[in-house]
Amino acid sequence: MLYDVNLQIDYSYESPTDHSRNLLRILPPDISGVQRVLSRILSVDPLPAERYDGLDYFGNDTTSVVWHHPIKAFTLKLVSKVERFPPMQQLDFSPSLEALSRELGSVRSLTPTSPHHFTVATRRAPITPAMTEFARMHLAPGMTSLQAVHAIGSALHGEMTFDAEATDVDTPAETAFKNRHGVCQDFTHIMIACLRGIGIPAGYVSGFLRTYAPPGQAKLEGADATHAWVRAWVGIEMGWVEFDPTNNQPSGTDYITISTGRDYDDVAPVRGAMRGHGEQETSQAVDVVPLDIA
Amino acid sequence: MQEQVQNHFDHPLLSGYRPAPGVADELFDSNGMMRPVWLRFVEHFARLSPEEIEKRFARGNQYLRDAGVYYRQYSNDPMQEREWPLSHIPVILHEDEWSDICAGLTQRAEVLEQVMADLYGPARLVSDGHLPAQLVASNPQWLRPMVGVPPAGGHYLHFLAFEIGRSPDGSWFVLGDRTQAPSGAGFALENRMAMGRIFPEKFPRDFIHRLAGFFGDFRRAMEGLAVTGNNTGLNASIGIMTPGPANDAYYEHTYIARYLGMMLLEGEDLLVQNGQAMVRTIEGPQPLGMLWRRIDSGFADPLELDPGSQIGTPGLMQAVRLGNLALANALGSGVLETRAMMAFLPRISEVLTGQPLKMPNIATWWCGGGEQRAYVHENAANMMISPAMAVDLPFDLNATTALGGEFRGTARESVEAWLEAEGHTLVGQEAVTLSTTPAWKASESGGQLRPCPMTVRVFAARTPYGWSFMKGGYARIGVEGDATALAMQRGGAVGDVWVVSDRPVPPISLVTTDPQGTFRRAGRGTLPSRAADNLFWLGRYVERCEDAVRLIRAYHLRIAATDTPRDPRLVALTRFLNGYGFDISQPVPEQLLLRLDAARGCASKVRDRFSTDGWLALNDLAKTARQMTGSVRPGDDAARAMGVLLRKISGYSGLVHENMYRFFGWRFLTAGRSLERADALAAMLTTFAAPRAPSGALDLAVEVADSVITHQRRYRVETNRDTVVDLLALDSENPRAILFQTQKLQEVISALPGAYEAGRPGPLLRAILPINTRLSVASPEEMTPEAFSDLRRDLSAVSNLMTMAYLR
Repeated sequence: MLYDVNLQIDYSYESPTDHSRNLLRILPPDISGVQRVLSRILSVDPLPAERYDGLDYFGNDTTSVVWHHPIKAFTLKLVSKVERFPPMQQLDFSPSLEALSRELGSVRSLTPTSPHHFTVATRRAPITPAMTEFARMHLAPGMTSLQAVHAIGSALHGEMTFDAEATDVDTPAETAFKNRHGVCQDFTHIMIACLRGIGIPAGYVSGFLRTYAPPGQAKLEGADATHAWVRAWVGIEMGWVEFDPTNNQPSGTDYITISTGRDYDDVAPVRGAMRGHGEQETSQAVDVVPLDIA
Repeated sequence: MQEQVQNHFDHPLLSGYRPAPGVADELFDSNGMMRPVWLRFVEHFARLSPEEIEKRFARGNQYLRDAGVYYRQYSNDPMQEREWPLSHIPVILHEDEWSDICAGLTQRAEVLEQVMADLYGPARLVSDGHLPAQLVASNPQWLRPMVGVPPAGGHYLHFLAFEIGRSPDGSWFVLGDRTQAPSGAGFALENRMAMGRIFPEKFPRDFIHRLAGFFGDFRRAMEGLAVTGNNTGLNASIGIMTPGPANDAYYEHTYIARYLGMMLLEGEDLLVQNGQAMVRTIEGPQPLGMLWRRIDSGFADPLELDPGSQIGTPGLMQAVRLGNLALANALGSGVLETRAMMAFLPRISEVLTGQPLKMPNIATWWCGGGEQRAYVHENAANMMISPAMAVDLPFDLNATTALGGEFRGTARESVEAWLEAEGHTLVGQEAVTLSTTPAWKASESGGQLRPCPMTVRVFAARTPYGWSFMKGGYARIGVEGDATALAMQRGGAVGDVWVVSDRPVPPISLVTTDPQGTFRRAGRGTLPSRAADNLFWLGRYVERCEDAVRLIRAYHLRIAATDTPRDPRLVALTRFLNGYGFDISQPVPEQLLLRLDAARGCASKVRDRFSTDGWLALNDLAKTARQMTGSVRPGDDAARAMGVLLRKISGYSGLVHENMYRFFGWRFLTAGRSLERADALAAMLTTFAAPRAPSGALDLAVEVADSVITHQRRYRVETNRDTVVDLLALDSENPRAILFQTQKLQEVISALPGAYEAGRPGPLLRAILPINTRLSVASPEEMTPEAFSDLRRDLSAVSNLMTMAYLR
């Protein structure tokens, strides 16, 4: 499936900020067997004094922009064309949870794809007894790790209500879980915490979802802004799989990845620092339109 | 010799000295013989009378107080400072033994450097199975952005400390490696200074190795490392980065900055421009080439590291990645402090260097491995079990540590269940026994030496010629009776470590002497904007306090002299003070204390540029004011109390303004003071010289402005509006007149960098010049309340322009 993927992010500050610097993770990358980028242009307005492209530890594309003079607002615009390949049908070769723990112990790797980065609590995905208990409740004897991932993702989907008003970008996952309300970011952090709590390495994927569903299907939740879902490590054989707890499904042709990490802190589209006081406001507009509907 | 030793044993000072069995003692060997290295000191000390000992110890303490040495513990009260707990008895080690220690630690430093290079490089230790992947990958101290980033200068580690202890068999072992941002070196210097006051004689002085050589080595090494400002065309400077005054080692940071002549910087002092770290100074951004980092790595850059950090510099990681900034130590070096690392280092040393560690570390087992877990469980009675990722020292044990199979803090079913459930997050460490060293125990009958457990902190700096070690160090001394490592957490004292020679050792000073005897001036250096800002506000706050104290005194003098609180002058004063937030119903208004605290807060951030006497005077002032609250009564009593505060403020001002070098820093302090005084006078005249002001208000203004005598001499009449306005606003000779202060302001501003643009006055001067012209030509009657209001508005504009030009 070929998509036009457009994103606009606007920031404005109450008072002009002096020497501001932002680290952006907005550019969708090529991922072998998953997606191919035909074109991508990120424009930044006003024109920054400095701009650098780079890769972070997990291989995500980063763009640093710096303004030396005070600015009151800025706009980021991504215009891209991305082809998403249909996922391959896979048989479930994943081990039981007990066997997964042994397989994990045998992995002697510190590369960015190593599951070891994704096993312990992180700032935004803390392991709590309540979430671990919730995850355990949805395990059945004899389950494979992949089945466990799906079971917990579906259970969360059933338990949680999607509610754009309930949380903001800084609401802790525990709070969202306690109130059973949240957005894709909360769903994702909660599911990551649940999986890590029972020994399944899990991480965060940020990306896009096609804006309008095919005729006759419901529009997906989270399509109006950048989306988030979960990746989980289910053994040496199968490696990483992805699941979207907000929409209760594995990621597929409707999903385009921007970046991956341990939690939102690793993938935030805009991480900024400025000298200045006062509030800031931000808004996002996303448009993901399929081109080959024919 | 034998006799002599016996004598020492019999000496009253040593009659209570009974080292515990099975514990090594620094003073006596296992046969009860005094170790030769101590003999001469003990003889020297034993000759002192109890009175003399007391006098000398007091002299040492006085030195520390005068120097302002204190330490701070993070607590609810960020300003809580403790007196420095110096043990007045040194820890004495022979230079030969010290050389052995240093040889062992040199090897260890090299192993640590190689581990660091591997963890941030190919990670072969992990793929080859010498270090479990999860110990690194789930370690918050292992910073992913540093992977693949070679350190500027080629090395990761430049300044290290090792906490070492002595085993019962007399050998040394390492309790912990301090690789993040080791503290204590500055305190070691201060300890040495204080000990010099206690034992000033030729012996021991000349037989102790000096500490200064080590600092000289380190400073030269840092200068060599400084990356030259790449494309800025300017020489890059070096600095120390501190988390700020709330940190427990802040005093040390200011002390070291002064001692080494380096800029003391906080995160907001820096910005990264075109990949180059720059210091914000009053002369604009200046390149920084080397940073001695005293903040934890994770906080260094909120953009790429801990996003919650308020004390870092956005973009610092970029400067590091581009190789434009050298750091001591490299970001991410805290990973080496991880307690579980000790379980693997002995093997890693053999793998990396082919040699076993010369000095072992505390025996450690990571409970993530089945066999090790079982071993820890079986031997739990002799183990400390604690978090594997902890980076504090073994004796800084937290509540969830099990010792000897017993649980401390939170209740748990059993060690076994704990190990089984959370083994990979735990380590077992041998419950070690430390050696004891003499410490002074004061008593009615004159005091005695007692054996107390100790650890020694050894400092090492990388130089182009290898690792240089401080010849001496910093000992922690625990309380008597328990020689396990745990004893160290219950407070205790700090001691000076003397590395002694059999012969006098040549003196070394940090200041290099020029063999030609010629003298050379060092540059006066620039001023970071934040320091300038703090000096500016320090000037303003202290002046504000002085004005307030004068007004409060005037109020209470009137209370004492009148019976009616409805006296119009009192009403006017009350309203005027209210306008500034002072509640005059409190004899020492809370607002005054807050302003003194604000002044003290500013001063605390520029202690590296501020005289110790000035700092102590300001502290004394704030303390005195605080002590007065509650006890002072309105009227005469309060007036007297304000008199005391006024004299203390004058004492402070005298110390600071008389003795401060007339350069950038002094100019900002003075500008703050002049602006504040000019504004306060204008405010007062707006009210008290208003046409409808109550009678007596003019006298009050003259009194508050401390100009009563001048008025009598100059005008020889009763006060009237014209004379008062003339004296307090338009007089260029009266330091308590607006014009005098605005002219002063113009004078210091003219001498600031960039005051003139192409030979013409810049924006700041253009704002101040019309004020002075106006005041110079005005007649008293033209100075209406509206004119004073306009003046205050213009002064406020000057303050804003100043901030824009220099203080951002």
